[in-house]
Amino acid sequence: MRYGISNRVKIGKDDQNMQINDLLNHTSEWLKGTGPNSDIVISSRIRLARNLNKFPFPNWADKAQLDEVVSTAVKAMANVDLLKKSTLFELANLDSIDKQFLVERHLMSIEHTQKTEHKAVLVSEEEIISVMINEEDHLRIQLMQSGFNLFEAWNIINTVDDALAKLLDYAFLPDFGYLTACPTNIGTGMRGSVMLHLPALVMSRQIERVLAAIAKLSFTTRGLYGEGTQASGNFFQISNQVSLGHSENEIIENINGLIRQIIEQETQAREIMLSKNREVLEDRINRSLGILKSARIITSQETIELLSMIRLGNDLGMIKDIDRRTINELFIITQPAHLQKLENKKLSSQERDLKRAELIRKKLNLL
Amino acid sequence: MLCDICGKNPATVHLTEIIDEQMNELHLCEDCARNKSAAMEQQFGLSDLLAGMADFEKPSTEKEEAVTIKCPSCGLTYADFKKIGRLGCGECYNVFRKYLAPLLKRIHGSNQHLGKTPLKVKTTSRVYKKKADLQELKNQLQEAIQREAFEEAARLRDIIKGIESKPR
Repeated sequence: MRYGISNRVKIGKDDQNMQINDLLNHTSEWLKGTGPNSDIVISSRIRLARNLNKFPFPNWADKAQLDEVVSTAVKAMANVDLLKKSTLFELANLDSIDKQFLVERHLMSIEHTQKTEHKAVLVSEEEIISVMINEEDHLRIQLMQSGFNLFEAWNIINTVDDALAKLLDYAFLPDFGYLTACPTNIGTGMRGSVMLHLPALVMSRQIERVLAAIAKLSFTTRGLYGEGTQASGNFFQISNQVSLGHSENEIIENINGLIRQIIEQETQAREIMLSKNREVLEDRINRSLGILKSARIITSQETIELLSMIRLGNDLGMIKDIDRRTINELFIITQPAHLQKLENKKLSSQERDLKRAELIRKKLNLL
Repeated sequence: MLCDICGKNPATVHLTEIIDEQMNELHLCEDCARNKSAAMEQQFGLSDLLAGMADFEKPSTEKEEAVTIKCPSCGLTYADFKKIGRLGCGECYNVFRKYLAPLLKRIHGSNQHLGKTPLKVKTTSRVYKKKADLQELKNQLQEAIQREAFEEAARLRDIIKGIESKPR
């Protein structure tokens, strides 16, 4: 009970391991594979960067100030309805597997796993909302939804933000908006991201053209795990770059407009493949399933690529006996830290490849 | 073989580092290798780009003046900002306003916030909004002068004068 907060937020060194295990046994809300356009859109995410007035930004603050930020923020969050049943993880108490586990679940950034003193992450029930404390900004509030749903995500996170603003003094200037450590996040402090699965655009070699167009419109494309990660398994995360000079609704409308076009292009590319190359596509999808169902050793990279094909097969009605949720779940539980949590021990990368193949066989052959 | 960094876990990653034509072999465990690669990726990042952008438009005398300005609230100097690409606290934005406004415009295409306002700020004063409008006009004036659009500049100057002479 280091931060002396109300007992509505679960906290404490002893049961953090148990709480990580709680997460392990649940499927995150955003993985459910439901929501608008969930054949192409995996998830929609909004994050708000907020800082407390009168405190230096994390990078420039001393230890006592950082500690005070954590306790002030946690106290406030304990009084926000949507955050009441949350779990707080203090990063310094987590081992490297646990930290990576939270990154794999998209609850925090890779950056947050480094220099962990005085850093924490709050995870709400069902893993819908997470708040990183003392990352680059004092608060990074994030909300994830399944499918193409940015406006709904915005409505919820806006409510949380309003509730927090009543209890906390945010650093804010009328002309510059919400003040952030890095000038690239100032203004709304908002980043909206949509995770897309675009196998047909990749296979038909149109993706380069699409990505080039996105970059020209001042949006960024990233891989599965955010900043600096490679696109793999045909997954692309697209988000706004500009956070100042537009209202939150305008920013979301702009992203939505772009995403709608990309969805249309992917849909068209899928239709063309179906009409012109149906056998080739069916062959590739079923071979992928064959490998996943029988492999004895498999890397996470190969897993992601093959699962991408299975997901496409499911979208196109070629694979009917595996549901989208199971496929989405497999993407996450076959990641290195998830495998090690499931086995409850540290595994070398060779051991993981064996265990991963075993887990996939079990999941797919049971169905 | 044990890891060269932590000396505890078996080394499974073998790395050849070349610095100034000096070749160096490293044998690391997975954890240390991951930390090392993260550290390498961070060496050139956004902060370098920002720092470069932060001063290329000012005449050199003003540049020198800027470097020595210090935020009274957190102690960060403009030179610090240029080095790390991050501000020190919210007050820095007021202190370095003159230099940050054009930078923000280059990054975002605007330096005027149009999004939500925290409820507390909204209820405490209307003066805020007025101040923000005035600042925007002043920015436009600066820009007009730089473009040598003097008619527009004169028009903006008169509007600003008009607002400033009115009692609050």
